[in-house]
Parts: sequence; structure tokens; C-alpha cells
Amino acid sequence: MRKHGIISIILLTFFALIGWYFFFNEMSANRPFRYGLDLVGGTELVYRADTSGVEDANGAMETLKEVIERRVNIFGVSEPLVQTERAGLVSGNSEDRLIVELPGVKDLDRAIALIGETPILEFRLARPGFEQIAAENPQTSVDALFAPTELTGRYLERARVEFNPTTGEAMVGLEFNSEGREIFATLTREHKGEVLAIILDGVALSVPVIQDEIRDGKAQITGAFTPEEAKELVRNLNYGALPVPIELSTSQSIGATLGEQALDAGVRAGLIGFVALSLFLVLWYRLPGLVSIVALVSYIILSLTIFKLVPVTLTAAGVAGFILSIGMAVDANVLIFERSKEELKKGKSIHDALHEGFHRAWLSIRDSNISSIITAIVLFWLGTSAVKGFALTLGIGVLVSMFTALTLSRTFLFAIAPEKESRLKRFLFSNGIHFENSKLKIEN
Amino acid sequence: MYVIKYKKIWYSISVALLTASLFAMFVYGFNLSIDFKGGTITEVSYADRPAKETIESKIDQSGASVRASGEHNYVIRTKEPLKVDLGGEIVRQNTIGPIAGAELRSKALLAITVVVLMIVLFITFAFRKVSKPVSSWKYGLATVVALAHDVIIPTGIFVYLGFIAGYEIDLLFVTGLLAILGYSVHDTIVVFDRVRENLINKNSGEEFETTVGKSVSQTFARSINTSVTIFITLVALYIFGPTATKHFALLLTIGVIIGTYSSIFIASPLLVTFFRLQRKKGQV
Repeated sequence: MRKHGIISIILLTFFALIGWYFFFNEMSANRPFRYGLDLVGGTELVYRADTSGVEDANGAMETLKEVIERRVNIFGVSEPLVQTERAGLVSGNSEDRLIVELPGVKDLDRAIALIGETPILEFRLARPGFEQIAAENPQTSVDALFAPTELTGRYLERARVEFNPTTGEAMVGLEFNSEGREIFATLTREHKGEVLAIILDGVALSVPVIQDEIRDGKAQITGAFTPEEAKELVRNLNYGALPVPIELSTSQSIGATLGEQALDAGVRAGLIGFVALSLFLVLWYRLPGLVSIVALVSYIILSLTIFKLVPVTLTAAGVAGFILSIGMAVDANVLIFERSKEELKKGKSIHDALHEGFHRAWLSIRDSNISSIITAIVLFWLGTSAVKGFALTLGIGVLVSMFTALTLSRTFLFAIAPEKESRLKRFLFSNGIHFENSKLKIEN
Repeated sequence: MYVIKYKKIWYSISVALLTASLFAMFVYGFNLSIDFKGGTITEVSYADRPAKETIESKIDQSGASVRASGEHNYVIRTKEPLKVDLGGEIVRQNTIGPIAGAELRSKALLAITVVVLMIVLFITFAFRKVSKPVSSWKYGLATVVALAHDVIIPTGIFVYLGFIAGYEIDLLFVTGLLAILGYSVHDTIVVFDRVRENLINKNSGEEFETTVGKSVSQTFARSINTSVTIFITLVALYIFGPTATKHFALLLTIGVIIGTYSSIFIASPLLVTFFRLQRKKGQV
């Protein structure tokens, strides 16, 4: 079949080009694989974020992400990953989450300290008679004394250390962004004469009385600061004034050696599995088996390139999913070959048997793969990062394997189907323990 | 076809395995990992590993479990993060809050339910054209019975392994279980697809069970072979793969074997059984 011959060459060239791209990419490492922490070592922290107190939860989560990113960056972690996940049906979470991945960071406690000890800055209006209540009962909570306002640390543009020109006392100057400036102006206009407390991590730092409307968005925190204390507070405010409170819910750290061993073992298992599988295919399916190995190699190259380009984060479970998908990828080929063999037994020519075999096997290939795709989607939804890796590699694997079966295996088989037949050729195209003229059959 | 003829034998084998599995679940219970109940798991590596008792005596919490892993490591499970220095090098530490654990537990159950439902719907849809002599939802039902079979038996085996060797039911286990679900259906569809095709092309007067029997024998080799290819890669993963996914690979291997068995020896005979029940009621 000349037509299929030409298409085969085009397809081979296409996959060879992808292979070439993949190889050079791997050498130059300009788009390296992205590995999960369980393969490179590092620390993952997942926080619960409490957005019940803010109106614009999306904005707050976005700001939270930026703040944490800034904070992680000043500690010099390479390639950190900060993500937020909203609560809801899509994510399946009942709460908002902040996920921080720190590759290479081994010290869990230090990492937690690095992220966790960030102050929450709030501005609250004093409730009537708060001084009296506080004096009578020092244990009274901040909530009972001060009513929350819209103004929080999320509107902070920056903070800096200032000194009182007359007393020389250190204080912290705050500057709001444009949004904060407006809120601050409205607040000070409407509540002139009231007490606006500046509260850090639930502690009232200072309780100034609003003298006049403040339009320039500037404020000072005064108090008995030493210059060092003021400096630390400024740093924390600049790099870590969190818009919403967060609480650590899970943490995980994996040593680099353990990760490296896992990666090596995964690659080794993949290679050995591939070689064993290839042997089985050639021995059992002969010539078509060889075709399926070419299809399998193309499948592996295409999938790995997709993993690089998306990029898919490869975890230990993801590698397992990919190795599993190598085994599943030849499924389609097996279904086609077995069906062709059956048609061959009915006395059809090799050419007709292959066409018929492909045609008839297609329905069961399609239907059986849909169930795997359903599973992959649900797993992706269920997942923590490890499971998501598995779902993604499995799902991509199933789709790519259907694609290679449809294009490569099909065209190749049609291309090599001989016009003239001989016993040798029929032998090459049959498989298993079934021989022409022999009585060995697996039937009832 | 002997698969159909001796179906009572296959049913008995499966019922025995299912009973043993359910028995294991009720008697031993699930050995849930911290993924689902919260807690801390710490793996410490020592150049020269001290005795287990030495480690246990240093831990300042009750209910801790210390288990040797490999030649140099101890895996320690505690309710709260470890605050004491146990010497050696911490190679891995994982803490999950109780709320996160409980949430994941309900999410996992929901995921399993959703997968099962969607697969039944899909099968009913895929086989909508064959409603005679057995209506299409019964193909769905047979698939689900096979599927429950393929999930309960590996779970039973793992619960038993949990009892004798400390294997845990963790998130990766649920992932494996869901992958088995997908695979079990995949394998059953290959056989049912042939039943579907043979029913459409059959000679008039051919008995339903003859058609099913014929379909099973025609697809027998490919059912086995598609499983063999997966089996080969899974065994490679189990033997040579990372420690983190060893139990996972074992679970999938067991699942593939049971899944292949059930699609040939359980799902197809069930179609015939359904057909007979239907005929008994006189509603052919």
C-alpha cells in the first residue's frame, strides 16, 4: 500500500522530530521536567486560610499568595511554588487553602517559622467604654473591645521606621495604597473623635484618637519601641502583613537523598518494564509486535514531551502512573492484533484481516478507554499533589496511547501488509501458539 | 463453553474470597494512615541503627509506633509532631491535621461513589442498542458486580496485610483502588463489546448463553494478553521501583489479576444468570 507507506514515513519523521526536540531539550535543560518534592526533596506546607471575615475573598487570597511569595523569596529558596485553592465544588475543599512548596528546604521547623510567624495587621474602632471594660477585666478579648473595620494590612503599601523629631522616639510609619487611602479617609471622616486601634496579631499596639480626616493615607504606630523592635515590625509588615489569618493544616518534608533514590528507582523500573514488555510483544506478536514497539517508543517520547511542555509535576505516584500507562498503551495494539489474527483464521487475506481487525477493535478500544479517562478526571479532583500527578500522567497516557494507536499502529500495519502472500508472511502476521495448519487452538 | 457451563464453581470461588475479605475488614478493621486520621509520620535514618526500645523510650508521647524500614531507617508514627531529638537524620516527615484527614476521608468516599456512578451510566449508554434479550442496564449491573468484586477482594487482602505486616490504607491506596475500578471496567467492556457485536450478527435461534459463551472464548486470549502487558510493567514497578510506590504497585497487580478473572469468570456468566432469572419470571 503506497499511500500508507508515504503516511508512515511522514509520521515517523514527525515522531523523530519530537524525539530530536526532546533529546536536545533534555541535554540543554532549558525546559527541564518538573519534579514533585517527593522526588527532589523539600518541604510542603498546606495552610487553612480563614476568609470568613473578608468580603472580597478572591482578592484576599490573591494578596495572601503575593505576600507569602515575597516572604519566601527573601529567604532565598530556589523555585518555590505558592498556590491558593478556593473552597467549593470544583476543588472539593471545604476551606480556602494556601499551599507552599519549598524544594531543597529540609528543615521543617525553620520553614514553618519562615511562613507562619507573619503578623496580621488590623485597624479597629473602639467600642463604647472600652477603656473601662479593659481596666476592669484585662482578659477581655480584642473582639469585645474593638469593632473590625474594612482597613487591614492588605491595603498597606509599605511601612518604614521613623523617629519623632521632638522626642527622638522610634515609631513605625505606614503608607496605604490608593484603595487603602480612600478607606482610611472615609473611616477617619466618619469617625472623627473616636479611637482607632492599631492591632497586630490580636494585640492592640496603639489606641490613637482620630483628630481629623486623613487624606494622604499615612499613619504612625507610636509606642515604646526600641529602634530594633521598630525595624523588625517594619520588616514583618512589609513582607508579611497577611490579609487573612492562616493555620497550618499539613506539612511534609522529604530528604533529597530519599527523593533521588525514588527517582532513580522509578526510571530503572520504567526501563526494565519497557524491555520486558518489548520482548513479550516481539515473541508473541512477531512482525506486528515490532510495529507496536515502534508505536510504544513514539508513545513514550510524545508523553514525556507533553509532560515537559505542560508542565506536569512528576511525583513518585506520577511516575508509577506513567509506568502503568506504558502497559496500558499497548492494549489497543493487542486488541487490534488479536482481532486481525481471528480474521486471518477465517481465511481472509492479510490485507483484509488487518483492515477488518482494526475496524472492529476500534469500538472496544474507545469504550474501554473512556472508563479510564473518567477515573483519571475524578482522581485529579480528589487529589493532593501526589495523586494529581498520578491522575495527570494516567489521563495523558490514555489519550496519547489512543492517538498513537489510531495513527502509527494503523498506518504502519497497513503499509507493511504484503500484496502477495506466502506461508512465511502469514506466519509473521499471526501470533501466539497458533500455527497455520496446526490443530492447536484455544477454543471450546 | 466451560466458563458459562461451570459458572457455579466460579461464583463459589468468588463468594468465598469475598466472604474472607469482608470478614477481614470486620475483624481486623482498616489500618488507616495519617492521610485519613491525622498525625505525624517521621522517618529517621541511622548509620548504626540503635535498638527499637531505645527509640521508643525517647518518644515523649503515648500511642507512638516505631517500625524498622530497610537496613538503616525507622518509621515512627505519632499523634503530634515529634519534638525530641532521636539522633540520626530525619529523611522524611509528614504531619496531617485531624480536620484535613477527616476531609480527605469523605472526599475519597465521594470520589469512589462518583466513579462507580459515572461508569454505570456510561455502560448503560454504550450498550443502549442492545436491549434484547437482556436490557442494557443489566450489562451495567453485571459490570458493577464485577467492579465491587475487584475492589473488595484487594481491599480484603490489604486489610489482612495491614494486620500481619502493617500495610496502611492511605491516599495512594484509594488512588490504586480507583485505578483498579477503571481497569476492571476496561476489561469487562472488551468482553461485553463482543457480546454486543455477536448479538447483532447472530443466527436466529441461537441461545443467549451460546452467544455469551462464544464471545468469551473469542476474547479470552486478548483479555489475558492485555492484562499480561500491564502485569509486566507493574511487576517491574514492584521489584525495581521506589519504596514509596511498592505497596501501590502490589495493590494494582492484585487488582489486575482479580479484574481479569472477574471480567471473564464473573461478569459474563452473570449476564446469563440475569437472562435466566428474567425468563423464569416469564418476561422474555
